[in-house]
Amino acid sequence: MTATMTQCLLRLVEEHHTLADYQGDVVPRWCAGCGDNAILAAMQRLCRDEQLPPEKTVFVSGIGCSSRLPHYMHAYGFHGVHGRALPVAEGVRLRRPDLHIFVTTGDGDCCSIGAAHWIHAIRYNMNMTVLLHDNQIYGLTKKQVSPTSPRGLKSNTTPRGAYLNPLNPLTVTLGVSNVSFVAQAVDWIPDLLYDIIAEAHRHHGLGFVRILQRCPEFMDHRFDEAVRDPSKTRILVHGDGLRLKPELSRIYHNKEVHDPLDMPRALAIAALEDEIPVGILYKNPAVPCYEDVREAERPNTPDLIRTVLDEEFDKVTIWPDEQEPPAAAE
Amino acid sequence: MSTQVKEVGAGAAKHRQARQSKSDSTPRSRPALLLDENIIEIVSDSGEGAQRCGQSFAAIAARMGNGIWTVQIIPAEIQPPHRSIAGASGNRVRIAAHRVTNGGDEADLVVAFNEQVLLGRLRAGEIRPGGIILLESMWRDDKDPEIAAAYARVCEEVRSAGYRLYEVPMEAECVKHVPDPRRGKNMFALGMLCGIYSLDVELARSQVRFVFAKKDPKIIDANIELLDAGRAWAEANLDLKFAIPATRPKEPQVVMNGNAALALGVVASGMEVCSMYPITPATSASHYLSDIFDKVGCVVHQAEDEIAACTFAIGASYAGKCAVTITSGPGLSLKQEALGLAVMGEIPLVVVDVQRGGPSTGQPTKPEQSDLLAACFGGHGDAPKVVMAVSSIEDCFYSLITARKIAETFNMVVVVLSDASLATAQQPFPRPSFSEGWLAPPVDQSAVPEGAKPYDWDPQTGIAARFIPGQPGGMHCLTGLAHDRFSHVAYDPAVNQEGIRQRARKLATLQATLKTPPLYGGEEGELLLIGWGSTRGAIEEAVDMLRGKKKRVSSMHLKFLQPMASGIGEVMRRFDKVMTVENNWSDTLDDEIADKQSQRFTNLGWLLRAHYLVDVTCWGQVRGQPMKPGAVVEAALTRLGRK
Repeated sequence: MTATMTQCLLRLVEEHHTLADYQGDVVPRWCAGCGDNAILAAMQRLCRDEQLPPEKTVFVSGIGCSSRLPHYMHAYGFHGVHGRALPVAEGVRLRRPDLHIFVTTGDGDCCSIGAAHWIHAIRYNMNMTVLLHDNQIYGLTKKQVSPTSPRGLKSNTTPRGAYLNPLNPLTVTLGVSNVSFVAQAVDWIPDLLYDIIAEAHRHHGLGFVRILQRCPEFMDHRFDEAVRDPSKTRILVHGDGLRLKPELSRIYHNKEVHDPLDMPRALAIAALEDEIPVGILYKNPAVPCYEDVREAERPNTPDLIRTVLDEEFDKVTIWPDEQEPPAAAE
Repeated sequence: MSTQVKEVGAGAAKHRQARQSKSDSTPRSRPALLLDENIIEIVSDSGEGAQRCGQSFAAIAARMGNGIWTVQIIPAEIQPPHRSIAGASGNRVRIAAHRVTNGGDEADLVVAFNEQVLLGRLRAGEIRPGGIILLESMWRDDKDPEIAAAYARVCEEVRSAGYRLYEVPMEAECVKHVPDPRRGKNMFALGMLCGIYSLDVELARSQVRFVFAKKDPKIIDANIELLDAGRAWAEANLDLKFAIPATRPKEPQVVMNGNAALALGVVASGMEVCSMYPITPATSASHYLSDIFDKVGCVVHQAEDEIAACTFAIGASYAGKCAVTITSGPGLSLKQEALGLAVMGEIPLVVVDVQRGGPSTGQPTKPEQSDLLAACFGGHGDAPKVVMAVSSIEDCFYSLITARKIAETFNMVVVVLSDASLATAQQPFPRPSFSEGWLAPPVDQSAVPEGAKPYDWDPQTGIAARFIPGQPGGMHCLTGLAHDRFSHVAYDPAVNQEGIRQRARKLATLQATLKTPPLYGGEEGELLLIGWGSTRGAIEEAVDMLRGKKKRVSSMHLKFLQPMASGIGEVMRRFDKVMTVENNWSDTLDDEIADKQSQRFTNLGWLLRAHYLVDVTCWGQVRGQPMKPGAVVEAALTRLGRK
C-alpha cells in the first residue's frame, strides 16, 4: 500500500513531538533548587531535539532522589530496587536494539550499593546513557554520607565528620576495561549539561556522565565557590568532543583542548582536586558492545528450536530397534 | 604384587540361577544368576574416571532396555586428598528389569580404586551387609608401609564384617595394555562390570566410542582394548555372573540427568534469555544451556552476581523477552529483593532453584529440600509467587514449559524447585516430541487502546494486560513502590490495599485451575505420606513395600506448593495419620530439644499444618543423601506404631 504525499506530511506532523510530549503526568516532587530539575529539563529537551519516540524510550532507575526521574518523563520507565538499575537496563538492552535507554542513578545507588554493577556495566559497554546524579549525599533517607561525600562532612551517620576521603567516580570509571565514554557535567551550566548528555546519547556504547548536582536541603553551599567563580571550572573542548558556544566562552576562560582518546590525560583531568573538569574526558567508539558481541546469528524460530532439540535428543536417544548408539557426539 | 583372586564371605546366594539370556553375546562359560535388580557403585579418587565408568555402565544397560537410575557420588572439594574417606568420587547405578525411580537403599556390589574411598562408602552405610567388593589390590604391596598396612587393615575389616571381598590387580592388568594405567583403569573396570552383569559386548564398545568421540582414534582403540581386557579378566577370574532381564522400549527413550533436562526445557519453552551466576549444584544446567542456546539464537548471560543475574532477567522480561534465572539456595536468598520487585511490577519471570543443603554455604553438592519456605515467603511483604517442584528427570524438562506459560499468563514469578539429587541423577524417559504449542506467541508491539491503564486488574482474575516498551500509548513508569492502576505511586491507603489484593487474586485464579494430586496406593487408610520434589520415586517405592506388608499406606506428591490445589485437606482427613516425608529438618518429640509447644516442622509440614489445620507430623532427614525407600519404610512403620 502506498501513502499519498499529504498522508505522509500529516503523519510527520502527528509524529512530531514537542517538549510537552515528554513531560510525565506527575509533578516532580524534588526540592526547589535541586539539581535533579536541571537534569530532567535537559533530558526532556534532548528527547524532543532527537525526536525520540516516547514508546521507544526507556528510563531505568534505582532508588533515591535521582531515581524518581522516570516518573516525571512521558516514556517507558522502570523504577526498580536500590542499586540495580544497571543490570535491569542491561537486560532490557540485550534483545532490544530498537530502544533508547537512559539510566538515572545517584551516588548512593551507583557508587555504594550498586558499585559491583557499575564496574561491570562499564565493562559490558552496552549501548545506553548513564546519568550519575552525584550530590555527594543521601537525600531521600535524610542526610547520610555517601561514598562521594567530602571528608569531614557532618551527616546523621557521621556527626563528627566523614572519616574517609571520597571515592572519585571518574577515575574509577576510567580504570575499568572496555570503558568507552566518560564525561562530567554540572547542573548549574544547563547548556553544557545538555550538550554532554546529548554526546553521551549519540555515542554507541555506555555513555557515562557524572553530573555534579546541588542538594539545597542537605548540602547547601557545597558548590557555591564553583558556581560563583568560573575559573574553578575547567571546560574540556575538542573538535571531536565538546564545542563551547561563544556566550559561554566569554564566561569560562579556563579551557583545555583535550582529545577524548587520550586516556593518560583523561585520568589526570579526572584526578584534579582544585578544579571541576566539565566535558568529555574519554570517548572511544571502537569498544565493542556486549549486546553486539552476543547478537544472535539466527532468530529463535519454532523450526530452529525443533531442530536443535532433535539434535540434542538424538545424542541420548535409545531407539526401540537400535543396534548401535549414535555414531558420535559431534 | 598379588594377582591371586581371593574370595571371602559366604555372600548372599539368594538369587535364582538361570541360563543366560539369548541376546547376550558374552562367552557362555558360566551360567548367569538372573536378578530382578542390583545396585552397583564405582568409587575412586577424584579424577580417576569412576563417574565416567558408572555413567557409561548405566547408559549401556539403558540401551539394552533396563530400567536405570544413577546417582553421582561427589566429594565437596575440587581436589580432595588422594586416598581419603571424604574423597570418594564416582557413581551409584541402580539397574533393574523394570522402571527405576530412585537410587535405592544399599549397594549390592562396589568397585573401589583404593581402600579409603571404599571405607567412605562403608562408613556412610551405603553398602549392603554381605555385599560384593571389588578392590584394587596394588596398595597391598605399596612401598609406603603405612599405605600397605592401611590397605591390609581395611581388607581384614571388611572380611570379618562378612563382605565378599575380591582383590583385583586392576593397575597391573591395565599396564599390559596402556602405558599410563591411571588413565584407563576406569574402562577396565567398566569391562569387568559389563562381564559380571552380562551386558552386550558390542553396545559396550560403541558406548566407549561414543564417550570418546571427540578424541583421537588411538585413544578410542586403547579404551576399547581396556574394556575388552576388563571383561576377559572378569570372565576368567571371577565367579560372579549375573544377568538382569531387559526389555527394549517400544517408544524411543532419552537418557539424561535432571540439569540437562532443565536446560533442554528452557530451550523448549522458547525463553530467549538465561541470566545466571555460577553456583553448585545448579551450574551444570547453565553449562549445557550455554553449549546449545546460541544455536537457537538465545543468550546465556553470566552476570557479575546473583542479584545482577536476577535483575538482568527481570529487565529482559520487562522488555518482552521472557527470561529465566538458574540458581541454588544462597543465590535464591540473594535474589529475594529483586523477586519482590518482579512481583510488584508484575513482570513474568522463571526462577529455577536446584536446592542444596543449607543454611549458609551448607552442603553445596548434597541434596536437601531446603528452599520451599524461602521460595514461598522469602522476601519481605506479601509477595505471591508460584512455586512448583519437579519430581523426576522428565518433569525437569516439561516443568520449564509450564513455568513459562504460567509466568506469562499471570505476569508472575514462577519458582521451579529441583535439587542436587535430580541434578546429576540419570533416568530414561520417553523422547519428547516438540510442539509449537510449547512456545509463547510473539511479543505484542501494537498500540494499546486509548485510555487503557498499565495495571487495569481484571475483577475476576486480577490479571492486567502488560504494556511492553515499544507499544505506542503504553508509556508508564513501572515501580516497586505501591501503585495504582496508572502505575502512579500510591499515597492513598486504599490503593495499597487494592494492589496487594489484586496480586493475591492472581494466585487464587491459578489455584482454581489446579487438580487435587492423585493418591498413590489406596484412596483411604491408616497413613498418608505427603512429599514433594525429588523424593517421589523413593516414597512411592516405599508405599509399594509397605502395601506388600499389608500396611494401609498411601502417598500423595505435590507439584504445586504455592498455590496448593483444592481437595488436599479432604484427602488428608480420609487417613488416620498424615506424615510429610522430606529431606529437611524437623524437631521430633522424642528429642529433648522439643516438645509439643516448641516443635518446629519441615518446610512442607509448616505449610500443610497452616493451610489445613490437620495435625500433620513430619519425618525428615538432613543427611545430605537422596531419599531412600528403605528409610521411608522404617519411618512409616514407626509412625504406624507397629514396627
